[in-house]
Amino acid sequence: MNAATDELTKQVRKLAGQFPDSRSATIPALRLAQEHNDGWLDSESFEWVGDALGLTPAYCQAVASFYDMFHLAPVGRHSIEVCTNLSCALSGAQQVVDAFESELGVPPGETTEDGEVTFRTVECLGGCGYATVVSVDNRYRQFVKAEDVPSIVEGVRGG
Amino acid sequence: MGVRSMLLAGADERDLTKLSEYRAIGGYEQVPKARAMSPDDLIAELQAATLRGRGGAGFPMGRKASLIDRKSPKPKYLVVNADESEPGAFKDREVMARAPHRLLEGCLIAAHAIESNDVFIYIRGEYLTEYEILAKAVEDARKAGIFGETNVTVYRGAGAYICGEETALLDSLEGRRGQPRPRPPFPPIQGLYAAPTQINNVCTIATVPAIIELGAERFREIGTPGSPGTVIFSVSGNVEKPGNYELELGTSMRELIYTHAGGITGGRQLKAVIPGGSSVPVLTPRQIDVPLDYDSLGAIGTFFGAASLIVIDDRCCLVQLALRSTKFYMHESCGKCTPCREGTRWMVQILEKLERGDGELSDLDLLGSVGSRILGKSLCALGDFAVYPVASYLEKFRAEFAAHVEQGGCPFGGESSVEGIFAPSDQHTHSPVAQVPA
Repeated sequence: MNAATDELTKQVRKLAGQFPDSRSATIPALRLAQEHNDGWLDSESFEWVGDALGLTPAYCQAVASFYDMFHLAPVGRHSIEVCTNLSCALSGAQQVVDAFESELGVPPGETTEDGEVTFRTVECLGGCGYATVVSVDNRYRQFVKAEDVPSIVEGVRGG
Repeated sequence: MGVRSMLLAGADERDLTKLSEYRAIGGYEQVPKARAMSPDDLIAELQAATLRGRGGAGFPMGRKASLIDRKSPKPKYLVVNADESEPGAFKDREVMARAPHRLLEGCLIAAHAIESNDVFIYIRGEYLTEYEILAKAVEDARKAGIFGETNVTVYRGAGAYICGEETALLDSLEGRRGQPRPRPPFPPIQGLYAAPTQINNVCTIATVPAIIELGAERFREIGTPGSPGTVIFSVSGNVEKPGNYELELGTSMRELIYTHAGGITGGRQLKAVIPGGSSVPVLTPRQIDVPLDYDSLGAIGTFFGAASLIVIDDRCCLVQLALRSTKFYMHESCGKCTPCREGTRWMVQILEKLERGDGELSDLDLLGSVGSRILGKSLCALGDFAVYPVASYLEKFRAEFAAHVEQGGCPFGGESSVEGIFAPSDQHTHSPVAQVPA
């Protein structure tokens, strides 16, 4: 959090005004805080969101910790998430996971040494008919096969 | 029975994300027609249509609307459940991406029925592209003056399967951890912000314009008497042509798998079908000559669910599949109720032991007994969803489970199609994890 915080606070208060109860702005506010804090939420983020919405930092942290898309530890500049739920698993998601692991040099759940990419395996992304689904910076790639992995990684690193 | 477009009508020919294109095929014409009706008459029409909820429970949509406490001095809310997260389901996503205005048209009609001016669409956080399409559709329709007095807010979730459960969704929308509420009070009496609230799935609401257009009587001629209309079936797993297929209810499961979806990949043998999303009891190949409707699937001991078929061929080890499925429900258990939170962990431990080859035959009974202690013992159905599939695998493929014990390991010998399957890498690491007593 930095000097831009005032502007963000304004945005959050405006957001809060759009709901019958300002508490409803908690998730959008946490998302905004995360976007402005290199993709993760630290204790200052919770203080800031709490201040903007009249909630305690502990409350904000409790909410954030519930949801998979909020990160409570530093992450890479980019994210690669491979779905490994049933339909993708049946269609070879494991080979895709293995290919990413070898291409990135880190196992799922970790960030590459250069801090560029956080690699995760995730639950169903809702693309079961187009397996394997990989979410790259929140955009879906569908029908991904192990042989597609090098070019995906190259694209992310170049982007 | 067969192919019939209703939810996705026109989407193959035109770009229905554009307001002008949607209007060119008669889009939004049902709104003034519905608004000319009194809310009582509109609810009566919806009840007569007997449209059953497409989210999974199959509760009649019109009946739900009739339960709204419209005399309450509080505002009434319409909430659309677009938190599609059931493994195997990807139908709502297609409607939002390709026919977003049809969903919005349904919202305006349903909101009029319950005398609501506030609509919230809760879309799962991962659906960023669909969120953008929907948000633009809302903006375009608002600017065109179609909404009138009605406010429509698209709200992004942040990654939690449980928020597809209607009361957990309400808590999340209120800015809380998404955990289910005790009922009663039920949402039609006390839902969002403790006000009367109607909650429906995307496909349910997107069907509403067709009901107004055709009238309840003609709508009921489509599909089966007990399950009228069309449904978008999501087909995934080991089929040649996975994808979404909009068909009349009552179409045969065999026809969907072998004709529309092209049959089993590589001409392999069918081993099992999960018919409604990963949470429902599995069917064997001998059971697939069944009409796809709520009552017919109920009659053979499973659920229509989210109309999401996961097709499994003979290369798959069902102990591994059960393990992967249970790890999902363990990960997604919100932690509020002990039977679900701890029971899913126990199930995972027993299944891991079996898959490793360290299991005993008594573990099969233990697995069943842990399941029976989860079923029906929590505030919501998530715990049940973990148990239904595993209990059915155990019942219908017991020999395969027993073979893991008798052979001291997986009979697939590392060749199962789901070999090595991962749990999500952000798997919550609760410490200490309760261990199943030796």
